[in-house]
Amino acid sequence: MPRTALAGVLALQGDVPEHKAVLVELLGQERVVAVRSKEDLANVAALIIPGGESTTFSRLLDATGLRSEVLHRVKDGMGILATCAGLILVATQVERSRSGNDPKPLGLLDVSVRRNDYGRQVDSFEAPLEFEGLKGEPLMASFIRAPRILKVGKQVHVLALYEDSPVAVRQENVWGLTFHPEISGDTRVHRLFLQACKMF
Amino acid sequence: MTTLRIPQTGTERLKRGFARMQQGGVIMDVTNAEQATIAETAGAVAVMALERVPADIRAQGGVARMADPKKVREILDAVSIPVMAKARIGHTAEAKILEHLGVDMIDESEVLTPADPFFHIDKKPFHVPFVCGARNLGEALRRIDEGAAMIRTKGEAGTGNVVEAVRHLRAITGDIASLRQMGDEELRQYVAKERVSIELVREVRDLGRLPVVNFAAGGIATPADAALVRMLGADGVFVGSGIFKAKNPRKVAHAVVEASLHYTDSAKLAEVSTGLGEPMRGIEITALPQGELLQQRESRREAGAESH
Repeated sequence: MPRTALAGVLALQGDVPEHKAVLVELLGQERVVAVRSKEDLANVAALIIPGGESTTFSRLLDATGLRSEVLHRVKDGMGILATCAGLILVATQVERSRSGNDPKPLGLLDVSVRRNDYGRQVDSFEAPLEFEGLKGEPLMASFIRAPRILKVGKQVHVLALYEDSPVAVRQENVWGLTFHPEISGDTRVHRLFLQACKMF
Repeated sequence: MTTLRIPQTGTERLKRGFARMQQGGVIMDVTNAEQATIAETAGAVAVMALERVPADIRAQGGVARMADPKKVREILDAVSIPVMAKARIGHTAEAKILEHLGVDMIDESEVLTPADPFFHIDKKPFHVPFVCGARNLGEALRRIDEGAAMIRTKGEAGTGNVVEAVRHLRAITGDIASLRQMGDEELRQYVAKERVSIELVREVRDLGRLPVVNFAAGGIATPADAALVRMLGADGVFVGSGIFKAKNPRKVAHAVVEASLHYTDSAKLAEVSTGLGEPMRGIEITALPQGELLQQRESRREAGAESH
């Protein structure tokens, strides 16, 4: 991968600045881009889909024309790290919610997910995880109104579990996390992902 | 692979983190399940449950309190996006009730009638995060010291007039800029004058911004208003009376969401501003008697800090 390859954060809504800050720390300002349009994706080899509202993301992917472009680029090998709402967006199946206002997912990661399955905000929690490929201390993970991965497909590799549920998974170049590594001050997951995308 | 336990809940990281997920989005005031569904469909990132929208509180007068738990439950059941609710300033019992009901964030709000003339709610012991209004940096820092996980401008709610929200945004930005010029001695004087913690003040000086997200609220009525406050640095937008006091709430709701997300795109702003029908009527703030300004409803501690 040439040094001009960029890392991007889908900047439609959500905790974009937090992910950008981690990427800038690891790669430098000049290799990090906020992705708001198809054109912004041009040199992006590693894309982060942040936390936020999955229903909002879903609508905006269509409005910006980014939906088809992201699908196309992933086939070409672009890596995706999708956290929380991002994970819901890349899943193949999202369980219907009570309100019926559900996102239309990209279907890039063969998992079935249920939104907010650990409860409301008062039930949000932090817990230490063993994360495959990370050495040293357990990863302190923040689960905020987190989705639960109910089922994983045969192609999906589980990277971390919490109470027997997968909370970090990978299917080739698409990674999905139910928690938020970007607000923990620990950059190891981002580093691992960027290494897999040959950004170093 | 092994799994480890000991989950922690209600931490500052989780509270501030929740607020960070709302960035770029619009949070809409709703008074019932039907309005909540309209807001969600329009793309709101969260809804704010309250008994009456600010324009009606202003028009009808009387004591404004938290919403009936029945209403709050209805709204919680109606939507999958986060639900926030307003409690009166200093009303710890209302906040406890709302936390019990399972709301995702509490707005300790000057739009309701203040309950404690001396203190705001001690927000740290709660598991639910709080958002609080502020007109300047000192006020924002005092709220954060008390445990607020999110700040919003006070603006002048229920007027459909954005001028006060702009004033408060500019005040906070300006105050942070001057903080960045201060040496240690000046910083100590600032801390004493504003009665805030030195650690927080140093953090803000070093970051060049608040350590929590800062939204605009109060008087935002049109998509252009939402774009304006975003241009001025607001991390997102609260819209109160502006949606459901407009002729066509669905259309206005959708337009405000688009405007907040695409605030740098003039073509988009022109498109979404077109043909929205009659907006809420609006009030010129200088025409309001001093006693009717919601932004000045506050505890004595706040009033004291203002008169330096």
